[in-house]
Amino acid sequence: MIEVINLSKSFQNNKAVNNINFEIGKNEIIGLLGPNGCGKTTTIAMILGLLKPTKGKILINKKNIENHRIELLHKMNFISPYIELPKKLTVKQNLIVYAKLYNVKKIDERIEYLSSTLRLDKIINSLTGELSSGQKNRVSLAKSLINNPSVLLLDEPTASLDPETGNFIRSFLEDYIKQKNISILLASHNMEEVKRLCTSVMMMKNGNIIDQGAPSELIKKHGRKNLEEVFLKLARTEHEF
Amino acid sequence: MYGLFLRHFFLIKSSFPRILDLIYWPSIQIILWGFISKFFSAYSDYYNNTVGIILTCAILYDFLFRSSISFNMLFLEEIWSRNFTNLFIAPMKISEIIISLVFTALIRTLIGLVPAILLTSPLFGISILNLGVPLFFLFLSLYIFGITLGLFVSSGLIRFGPSFENIAWSSLFLLAPLGCIYYPIEILPEFFQILAKGLPLVYIFDETRNILVNNFVNFENILYAFYLNAIYLLIGISLFYFSFSMARKKGSLINMGE
Repeated sequence: MIEVINLSKSFQNNKAVNNINFEIGKNEIIGLLGPNGCGKTTTIAMILGLLKPTKGKILINKKNIENHRIELLHKMNFISPYIELPKKLTVKQNLIVYAKLYNVKKIDERIEYLSSTLRLDKIINSLTGELSSGQKNRVSLAKSLINNPSVLLLDEPTASLDPETGNFIRSFLEDYIKQKNISILLASHNMEEVKRLCTSVMMMKNGNIIDQGAPSELIKKHGRKNLEEVFLKLARTEHEF
Repeated sequence: MYGLFLRHFFLIKSSFPRILDLIYWPSIQIILWGFISKFFSAYSDYYNNTVGIILTCAILYDFLFRSSISFNMLFLEEIWSRNFTNLFIAPMKISEIIISLVFTALIRTLIGLVPAILLTSPLFGISILNLGVPLFFLFLSLYIFGITLGLFVSSGLIRFGPSFENIAWSSLFLLAPLGCIYYPIEILPEFFQILAKGLPLVYIFDETRNILVNNFVNFENILYAFYLNAIYLLIGISLFYFSFSMARKKGSLINMGE
């Protein structure tokens, strides 16, 4: 469970995140939407403990990330298209390295499970750098699930993927959340993906959460046909903060 | 810790060019200095009976150079492969990161140095092992200083990102003239002598020459080098922690590799 309380982050005079509050319960996927530079990545980085908040706190399973960073990171993980795994290591070697780093007990069993569910069997001994972007994405997803996390942060997990691979990842995440006690924060620019996966959506702009609710509720509330139109309306409207 | 070691072990094991690179430079360095020292031994009174002084110092300096560069390389590899963020969101304490890098860097350094040491005997009839038991303390002292320099540079990499890379390569070249590797401290101008006395290198290399020339061990030099090393190492570790804390404030851990 993630609780974000009065969270702010400033870089000199620039408020990247401004006093935001939200909660993600067990078995919940919450979407984080907003234009580039609105504060999504900064928020995720603070939840991961990579960035120190200027104000406010983040509780993971009721514990403050600032005080229990290492302990909490054991049960968290992250995937982003902007972060890669070492290219000169095979898929299996990468998974072994991260399994060790996360102190996973039954490493072979875990890798076998992820390999079969994420269709990595045929590429498990290939060099990671030689894989297609769709294959790399599935490997990164396997790495993010290696420690069986109870908190998963997904930053554009299907960016630049072909429709088939994108659909495979979405279906996988849908099934995964049904089986596991997991809280997921999904930052994405793909509105269909957000609508399909998320129970609730937060719209961010200039570091603020300007609206939130279930995708269908937001569509209805703003009188638009789909989530993309809601996004465009909110992105183009001037807000007073 | 073992995971981070494995990450670099897999990398080196699977790449012949990387292993070759580790062995190539120390060997070239030793061969080059071997011939230079042969020349000096033929034409200099000072080195008349001590053919191995320059070569021994070259090996020790290369050990220092490799240990520091190995430590930095472990960090740079993560930045180049855009894997840096993945490591810092893994549940590893800073102390665990430092310890695993120290051991992995040692293995990288030894891969390069052992063949170079083995080459000196058949090529030049010199064995660095002639230094005896004090050799262990000299190596240890150099390794601590190499790691300390690695910590300084890695702190810069964490805080300022890849733009700090050039400092990583040039850090040891900056200290080499002051370290008095191949000559006694008296050769330096007075002002530089004051600076040099603050470096453990001066005492380590002075003692190496002393053992080879006088066949006598002055443990005071070795101890003094360890005292200085302890101070610098403490500063290096503190700086590493401080840089990590600053990087968390400034956000440089997120943008690493860009």
